[in-house]
Formats: sequence, structure tokens, C-alpha cells
Amino acid sequence: MSELEQDKAAAGSVAVADHTAGVRAEARATAPAAPTGGTIVPPWLRWTLTGAAVLVALVLPVNLYPTVAVDIACWALFAVAVDLLLGYTGLMSFGHAAFWGTAAYATGLAAIHWGLPFPLAVLLGALASTVLAVPVGYLAVKRVGIYFAMVTLAFAQMVYYIANQWRSVTQGENGLQRVPRELFGLDLSDEFYFYYAALPIVAGGLWLVWRTVHSPFGRVLVAIRDNPARARALGYPVHRYKLAAFLLSAFTAGLGGGLFAIGHRFVSLDVLHWTTSGKAVIIVVLGGIGTLWGPVVGSAAVTRLEDWLSFAGFEQIGLVTGAIFALTVLIFRRGLWGTLAHWLRRRP
Amino acid sequence: MVNFLQHTFNGLVGGAFLALLALGLAVIFGMLRVVNFAHGAIYMLGAFGAYVLLTEVGLSFWWALLVMPIALALFGMALERLLVARLARLDPLYNFLLTFGLTLILQDAVKSRYGVQSSPYDAPAILSGTLDLGAFDFPAYRVFVLVMAVAVCVGVWWLLSRTRVGMVVRAATERPELSTALGIDVGRWVTPVFGFGIGLAGLAGVLAAPIRAVNPLMGADLIIVVFAVVVIGGLGSIFGSVAAGFAIGLVQAWVQALGEDWALLSQVLVFLVMAGVLLWRPAGLFGREEAPA
Repeated sequence: MSELEQDKAAAGSVAVADHTAGVRAEARATAPAAPTGGTIVPPWLRWTLTGAAVLVALVLPVNLYPTVAVDIACWALFAVAVDLLLGYTGLMSFGHAAFWGTAAYATGLAAIHWGLPFPLAVLLGALASTVLAVPVGYLAVKRVGIYFAMVTLAFAQMVYYIANQWRSVTQGENGLQRVPRELFGLDLSDEFYFYYAALPIVAGGLWLVWRTVHSPFGRVLVAIRDNPARARALGYPVHRYKLAAFLLSAFTAGLGGGLFAIGHRFVSLDVLHWTTSGKAVIIVVLGGIGTLWGPVVGSAAVTRLEDWLSFAGFEQIGLVTGAIFALTVLIFRRGLWGTLAHWLRRRP
Repeated sequence: MVNFLQHTFNGLVGGAFLALLALGLAVIFGMLRVVNFAHGAIYMLGAFGAYVLLTEVGLSFWWALLVMPIALALFGMALERLLVARLARLDPLYNFLLTFGLTLILQDAVKSRYGVQSSPYDAPAILSGTLDLGAFDFPAYRVFVLVMAVAVCVGVWWLLSRTRVGMVVRAATERPELSTALGIDVGRWVTPVFGFGIGLAGLAGVLAAPIRAVNPLMGADLIIVVFAVVVIGGLGSIFGSVAAGFAIGLVQAWVQALGEDWALLSQVLVFLVMAGVLLWRPAGLFGREEAPA
């Protein structure tokens, strides 16, 4: 279908939609609590929050088991990447495990076979994910809404099957074992020190997404989310913008996945499974769709909870995470951070 | 040639499950605009229910075939009333997420009670033999599955196209606001249709129990293949979903027949076909273009 035909169809849909308020409201409800930018929050508050976040990030492994702190950081990157699409572009990817997992494998392989310093291996892994995201994104942005979710989910499952069968590279069900943690001969075997070595990469990834959202490019993404037909009418190539956001998101998720591989020194097929994609979406919704701190807070909450559950010897984690997720979707759709942001914004 | 026939037959049986699941998904989507992620988990519950009825209650396969779809349909109706309906006015993605959460709960609930190992379940004695139809011996149970699936698909087609109920459902599917404006009580049919779709998934599960490994994760990966099937067929199109289900089952079986080396291709084939369909006809083979956005 040519771009022209789509434009015509889009124009038609606007004309119809204007007469059916219900359909318009539905289209708008994609990201319920999503603010359009940070302008409403006063600067002093923003700086206070950022300062507090930096402080928390710095003392996290002191107060917490360092392995958990590393996990929180990795999942935060992953969730922020998913939120860049879900909260700011209006696309729900249910297949981001493909990028998180591909980066984990690529990072692990680069570290094992080439002995690269870990930041370089992670960067390589993230680039591998970005390359994979080109064909997947190109095909997926042809659909919207629920179809986009199903298409990304299906492609991620395809990557899962390929990794499962390609045993000579991925070691199949055994996974990649003993992934080295190399950084110019420094001893990073202690999780406590590794956390601080990994922190700049996490901060870089978060900054990348923050910068994207607060750039003219990010404003176009929000415009596309809120009214794709109008964005197209204004002359923005909607498909190309969506694809660019998809690649950025895959890169950021890849940074998280690569760090996850180095942090655990082990890559298993789980990193590619659809439950992993689902967990990232859970984190975003629980934290607050369309906020940048939300996914970070959500990551801390979910990771901490799972750690606590497994420490308590509770095996069926899905019962708890599934229930929390269903309840969040039913009655707490703004999420943790979204609720706080909403509350702050209502103050004069 | 005999081999080819055999693979074709097996492909049709595999396709029958995909078609039944895709049919339920499409019926629910048509009426509610909800993509039910828990469809695979319901299929698992159908199979597990049959197993539990046999081992703990002593009810045979035939009873399970009757009881489980009805019980799950009622469960589905309760689910719709209590949870799904609350999100009906929001973006359909929320119900997708809700049913994803339910999937995790259902799977882990069964897992915590019965573990992850597969439970054996035998086909009923009367269907345990083979049918000699000249060319080769057809396992009688698989023939039964195929006949059942085709009968159900034809039955649903008849319901939708030849009865008053079907007319209402089709009208509500295509033009919900207009149907309401014409005085048709669309809301009355939402819950029964949801239950009906869930019942179909339960039926597929009971049918699958004797030939697929019965375990808590049996629907987990299958649901994603079914998603790909409905994207290929066009989720809005009930005929397209069923046809794509059978077609994918067939092609998978043919590729599988080529040998061990082709195992990966037979697994990812459905996704490659989906990619091709997205390039060529993004709305699906039988789907209508929804408003692009």
C-alpha cells in the first residue's frame, strides 16, 4: 500500500472519527497519564529529584544486596526503552526480549571469544540489537495498536526459536557460561565494585532516552502518539519516525541486556522468552506509562519483590507478579510514579 | 505418495488446533475488540481439566469433552463480567495486558499444584485403533479430532451467517454504534460471545489432551503461534483466521516431513509467512484495512 493511499485512508478515518466521539476517545486513551513534557514540573523540583535519584543510585549497593542493585539498573534501562515506545510513541512492543536477549548473547559471545573490556562488549551487544531491530521494526510499524503488540511478540518468539536451535553458538539450553568481566585488568569480581563500573553505562542509556524525549524529535513522537493522522498531514513521515524510535529503544534495551549478561556472567534462553518481554511491560505499567522515572521505580519495585519472594522460598512468582499486574491494569493505571507526578502537578 | 498423504493428514490435525484457537480469538475480538492473551492458558486448562476429571473424579474423556468447554465458558463469562468489562471503554491494549497477567496466574496456579512434568492421558478405547482407508492407516483419534474441528468451524459459520443471533453478532462486530442506534441490544451479547470463544479454546484443550503433552506450559508458546496465525488471516476475519490455521498446520507438517535439519524452519515458518503477509497485505490475507494510525 502506497503512502498516498494511506494518507487518503487516514483522512477518511479522521472524518469518520470526528462523528464518533467514542472512537476518538479510544484512540487517545493509549497513554492515559502521559504528560507531554517536563515543562509543568518546576525546575527546582526537577533538580531536587534528579539529585535525589543520583544519591539513591550511588548508595544503592550499600543498602541492598549488590547483585539486586545491578539487576535493578539493568531492568530500569530495559523498561525505559519499552516506555520510549509505549509512553512516548504510542506503540506497545511485546517483543522487546528479542533485543534485550540478542544483546545479552552478543555481549556474552564478544566477552568470551574476544575478551573485550565489558563496556565495549555491551556496546557491541546493543549495536547487534539495533541491527536486528531494522527488519523487525520496519515490518512492525506497518501495524498499530494491538497488532503491533502481536507482531513484535511473534518476531521475538522467532528469535527465541532460532537461538534455541543454533546450539553451536548459543549452547542451547545450557546457555553461555562463565562470561568474563574484563576491564583493563581491574578486579570486578565483587558485585559491589561492578555496580559502580556499570553505573556510567546505565546513566548514559537513561540520558539518551531523556534527551530523545526532550528533543524536537521526541515532540514529534508525542504528536504521532496523540494524533497520527494530523502528524502525517503536517508532513512528518510517521513510519520513519516510528522506526527511528524503535531503533533507539532497541539500542537502549540492548545496553540493559548486555549489562545483564556481564552482571550474571551467564546467558540463558530465558532472556529471549516472551515472559521477559512481558516483565518489561509490567515494570513500565507499574511504574507509570509515559514517565521516565516510572520505569526506574517500577524496576526497583519488581526486582526487589522477586528477590524477596525467591529469598522466602516462594516458587510460583507468576502468581504474585500476575496478580499485581492485573490489579495495576484494573485500578492503578497511572502507576507508582505516574500517580506521584499527577499529584505534584495538581498542586499550585 | 503415501507418506505425503500421511503428512498432509497430520498437518490438517495440527492445523485443526490452530484453527479452533484462532476461531475463538477472532470471535472474541470481533465482538469485544479484546485480544485474549489467556487463550493459550485456557487451552491448557481444558487439557488439564480433562486429566483431573479422569484421575481425580473418574469421568471419562467423553464427559470431559462435554463438561470442560461448558465449565470454561462459564468461567470466561464470569471473567468478562468481573474484569474484562471494566476495561472495555479503554484502549484494547489494557485488556491485552490484563489477560497477560491472568495467563501468569493461571499457569503458575496449575504449576504449583501439579508441577511442570507432563501427565499422560490416553485416548478413549473406542478411538485407540487405526482406520484403514486404503492408502494408509489413520489413527482413529486423530480422524476424530479433525472431524470435530471441521464440524465446529462449520457450526460456527452456520450460527453466524444463518441465525438471528449470528446476524446480531455480525452487525455488532461491524458497526457497533449503528447497531445500537438501530435498537439492537449489543451489550447483551458481549458476555455470551466471550464465554463462547473461551469455550472453544477449552474444547481444543480437551481434544489435545490425548495427543499433546499435558503440562502447565502447553499453551504458553502455542498462543504466540496462534497470534501469528490471526495476523496472517486478518484478525477481524473469522473465515481468514480458520483458513490460516489449517494452512499453517499443513505447511508446518510438510516442512517437518523433510527431516531433522528442517526442524527450525518448521518452527519459524509461521513467523516468516507473517512477515511476508505484512509486506504484501498488512491487514492480513482476509482482513480489511483498519484506519491507519
